[in-house]
Amino acid sequence: MEYILIIISAVFVNNIVLNQFLGVCPFLGVSNRISTAVGMSAAVLFVMTLSTLITYLIQMYVLNPLQIGFMQTVTFILVIAALVQMVEIVLKKISPALYQALGIFLPLITTNCAVLGVAILVVTQEFSFGGTPALLTLPQALVYTAAMAAGFGLALILFAGMREHMELVGVPQPFKGVPIALITAGILALAFMGFSGIV
Amino acid sequence: MSKWKIITQGIIKENPTFVLVLGMCPTLGTTTSAINGMSMGLATTFVLMLSNYVISLLAGFIPSKVRIPAFIIVIAIFVTVVQLVMQAYVPALYQTLGLFIPLIVVNCIVLGRAEAYASKNKPLDSFLDGLGSGLGFTLALTVLGIVRELLGAGSFFGLKLIPGDAILVFILAPGAFLALGYLMVLFNKLKKA
Amino acid sequence: MFLTLLLICFGGSAILGGVYLLTHGPIEAAQTAKVNRALMGVLPEFDNTPSEECFEMDLEGQVIKAYPALFNGEPVGWAVEVVTTRGFGGPIQIMVGFLPDGTIFNSALISHSETPGLGDKLDAEKSDFSTQFKGKHPATFTLAVKKDGGMVDAITAATISSRAFCHAMEVAYKAFQHIATQEGGKV
Repeated sequence: MEYILIIISAVFVNNIVLNQFLGVCPFLGVSNRISTAVGMSAAVLFVMTLSTLITYLIQMYVLNPLQIGFMQTVTFILVIAALVQMVEIVLKKISPALYQALGIFLPLITTNCAVLGVAILVVTQEFSFGGTPALLTLPQALVYTAAMAAGFGLALILFAGMREHMELVGVPQPFKGVPIALITAGILALAFMGFSGIV
Repeated sequence: MSKWKIITQGIIKENPTFVLVLGMCPTLGTTTSAINGMSMGLATTFVLMLSNYVISLLAGFIPSKVRIPAFIIVIAIFVTVVQLVMQAYVPALYQTLGLFIPLIVVNCIVLGRAEAYASKNKPLDSFLDGLGSGLGFTLALTVLGIVRELLGAGSFFGLKLIPGDAILVFILAPGAFLALGYLMVLFNKLKKA
Repeated sequence: MFLTLLLICFGGSAILGGVYLLTHGPIEAAQTAKVNRALMGVLPEFDNTPSEECFEMDLEGQVIKAYPALFNGEPVGWAVEVVTTRGFGGPIQIMVGFLPDGTIFNSALISHSETPGLGDKLDAEKSDFSTQFKGKHPATFTLAVKKDGGMVDAITAATISSRAFCHAMEVAYKAFQHIATQEGGKV
């Protein structure tokens, strides 16, 4: 039950892009085609879950006991940058097919604020899924992160679908490109607001 | 290029938000009011100026293979300084901006300026370039904050202008996308004219 | 190559350590100042330091913080800090000050994530919703919105937030009663 609440809350109610404004750059940047949107979502899901696993352990077993919480930003971004590099190298060796599919998105992920954002969120924000607000446990944090990434994917793929259609429509000159994309995203966010309050 | 031109370049011609469309997350996430947008912009400007300066100083010593990680470390250090100082002296503001302060690290503008300008230019010029881009970013965030606050809360920098409730949606999430979208339309239209 | 990175890391950590030492004091001071400001707002005049005499207790599945207020050694009230999870956007944390007889002296919103412009009117700075509790005794003033048969005027278009606030008040009152009975009927 608790996990269902976490998933619904992360995917729909507090959608990472449309509600929390994390990962807006890739959301606007790689949403021209549904196929690239799917690739990007998969890459984010993979890297985000893996990096949260590591940063969560670092926070709980290194930063907290040593009381150097202020090193959080520096440590986390280094871990994420190193991790992305490593994933790239390992994927290249183990599964060239997967590397073909995800490879071009990986370098973009280091500066995707969604990854660092969620890594910081899960170790600082207290959640209350029907109880006293508390920090997430490791399994909860992982489910939450994966759900957040799924929410990113959902928003990105929906948005890419809308943009594919929009290409066939005559948009007034000043609206072309980013402005109309932002307005579309605004309407999508409006639709997602309908989910607020259900968890 | 004159020093003055280095600064103005980043404010208008290469405005990070309206022209280059960089750093969208804090732009949308923190502009619920004019003062929040401006504070976020100034915090980013501070990081931009100092990280540009230091990176320009260090650029000669850093092997090009580890350039990016080294830049990221320098940026992360300045971001943490901002975090600590804000927590100590403006805790309320720190809480409102929340997650977006540490996320300055991954703001494409900061790393972008480090890579495109600071690594190839003199320290003082890089510092001014950081100042210009930072001010351009601050300007965009303040304008967006003013528009959203005026429409959504009927006030200007916290000063209530229109009594009663306003068009709430503009301070909620969808309003951020809509307001920025229409501002960009306006910007494009003006640029054409 | 790695040496340069290592050097930057060490240099950076040293700088950060220094800044941390400099800001450590002010950060803690800012945090206690926040609690103290809330305490000053919800309690009648006191001359002790409630934030240092605070104690915790378990009630309704949550840890509740209670702060005693004394004036010239005489108890003048209690401040109780509670969280409710029934908010619209997430948990709502409030602090309620009670006089020794159980009358609500005042309340303060500590943290919340309600919708700006609607639910955030719980904040005394944004609307006078919370002032209607001032000087009321929970025994005679039913802590529920009028829609639910209580006596509280809900915020228009934010019934859920208003209900959550009433619920938090109720938990705070229960906590207060708990303290009062523990202390042998008087505080």
